[in-house]
Amino acid sequence: MASYNTSQFKKGLKVLLDNEPYLMVETEFMKPGKGQAVYRTKLKNLLRGNVLDRTYRSGDKIEAADVSDSSLQYLYNDSRAWFFMDPESFEQFQLDQEQLDGVERWLKDGSMVEVVFWNGQPISVRPPNHVVLEVTYCEPGAKGNTATNVQKPATLETDAEITVPIFINIGDFVKVDTRTGEYVERSNTKS
Amino acid sequence: MSSGAIPSPEGSESETNDAGDAKGGGGNSCSETLLSALAPSVSIERLRQRGRLLRCVREFFEQRGVLEVETPLVCSAGVVDAHLDPVEMRLAAGTDAGRYFLMTSPELCMKRLLAAGSGAIYQLTRAFRDGERGRLHNPEFTILEWYRPWVDLHGLMDEVEGLVAAVYAAAGRSLTAKFDRHTYQSVFQESLDVDPLTASVGDLALVAAKRDLSPSPGMENAERDAWLNFLLATCIEPTLGVERPVFVSRYPVSQAALARVCPDDKRVADRVELYIDGVEIANGYHELTDPQEQRRRFAVANEERRAHGKRELPVDERFLRVLNRLPDCCGIAVGIDRLFLTALGGESLDDVMAFPIDHV
Repeated sequence: MASYNTSQFKKGLKVLLDNEPYLMVETEFMKPGKGQAVYRTKLKNLLRGNVLDRTYRSGDKIEAADVSDSSLQYLYNDSRAWFFMDPESFEQFQLDQEQLDGVERWLKDGSMVEVVFWNGQPISVRPPNHVVLEVTYCEPGAKGNTATNVQKPATLETDAEITVPIFINIGDFVKVDTRTGEYVERSNTKS
Repeated sequence: MSSGAIPSPEGSESETNDAGDAKGGGGNSCSETLLSALAPSVSIERLRQRGRLLRCVREFFEQRGVLEVETPLVCSAGVVDAHLDPVEMRLAAGTDAGRYFLMTSPELCMKRLLAAGSGAIYQLTRAFRDGERGRLHNPEFTILEWYRPWVDLHGLMDEVEGLVAAVYAAAGRSLTAKFDRHTYQSVFQESLDVDPLTASVGDLALVAAKRDLSPSPGMENAERDAWLNFLLATCIEPTLGVERPVFVSRYPVSQAALARVCPDDKRVADRVELYIDGVEIANGYHELTDPQEQRRRFAVANEERRAHGKRELPVDERFLRVLNRLPDCCGIAVGIDRLFLTALGGESLDDVMAFPIDHV
């Protein structure tokens, strides 16, 4: 099995710890002038999302995790499983709700997403940082009121619920930041 | 960083996922990205400030009659340390062709000057340490090293205080408070309630466990110094010198390096470190002048290197042959980039050097 030694440590490394895949989200090189170097890392569990603090000394090794990303097309869900397809091979993959971890709120039929694979199995889905979705329900907009500081709830075509400025109407397309779940701007086009 | 890739500006990695979000996307933004990758790591104004501080250092020693010297960066042997890796290089042509090293510090050549009767000397130069890169590390850095014959460590600390105050003044900041002076033992007792001179590996492991620290995988078999170093780096260092700069002295004799053993306590050595804002700034010794003991320590360091799977380093016989002629003296090395960082402000060494390693 491939492994990384401390001199290869960097953000984004995928490693195996207690037989689970982790993403190195932070690494700090510390070295007292006359002592051995210490690497403080933050490792995010790719299955559960929790973050561990781990410390390594120079020369230590961590096993590499076979983790890769693929661009897949979201097809549909039957509320137990979410189905995705590789647009080149037409191979289909499914993930359950726990693996989707809330990402389903941003999935529109036919849209492309990054799916993370570990040992050939899909383990999680990363949506684009921004998506454009249609508003399917909100209270009627106040005509001419373009103030963005007055907010109201709205439901989007994927059933996601967000808050939008008062001037948004049913049928409008809005751009949403999927990392924060926040409204960004009204969009003239469906993406 | 993959080979040959020009580092992209911070944050761009997370944006690559941003399908259809690229604005403009024309050749213009591309060349701006390229230009920013070619630009120095700091502003021209910051380079001016750095230049001013460098001048201030030279004036400080000029006024005190300390001679500025230059010694080679390229030598066939240097300090042998278990955890310092010199950059190895070859001279390919001529009668002196062979294996050389870029020095991790100018210490040995400067001591040869002292042994030859130079009197007080200082040097402002570059040093190289392979594999050291992080917020406070760059494999090539600027080092200030100076030696004072017939001065003890407290006298040297007084002079360091004067230098640091002068550098801060040149940076437009006043540093009037007297620096704290603690011992290695007292900082461990105060921060972790453990005596570093008597605690067993088990005691030290318990301290780490109580603080929810996860020591690295092989630590249970590690020697005491590895544990002390681990606790110092993770728990103590970040707190040192935060209110006012602090000197930490009297290190365990196993970490003496090139310092003499304290005449009044054989368990500790006359070594001192300066910390400001949690950053290690300087490392000094009341210098060891016993060639046999120095040879023994180099051999121990080489043994440790072997144990860690590192190449042994050649011992500098020229240095050892004149070491007994070294006058009784103290010497100290200051990480100039770090000192300038704490004086001028910034997040990392990249905020005070024009071209860190990933820019060249």
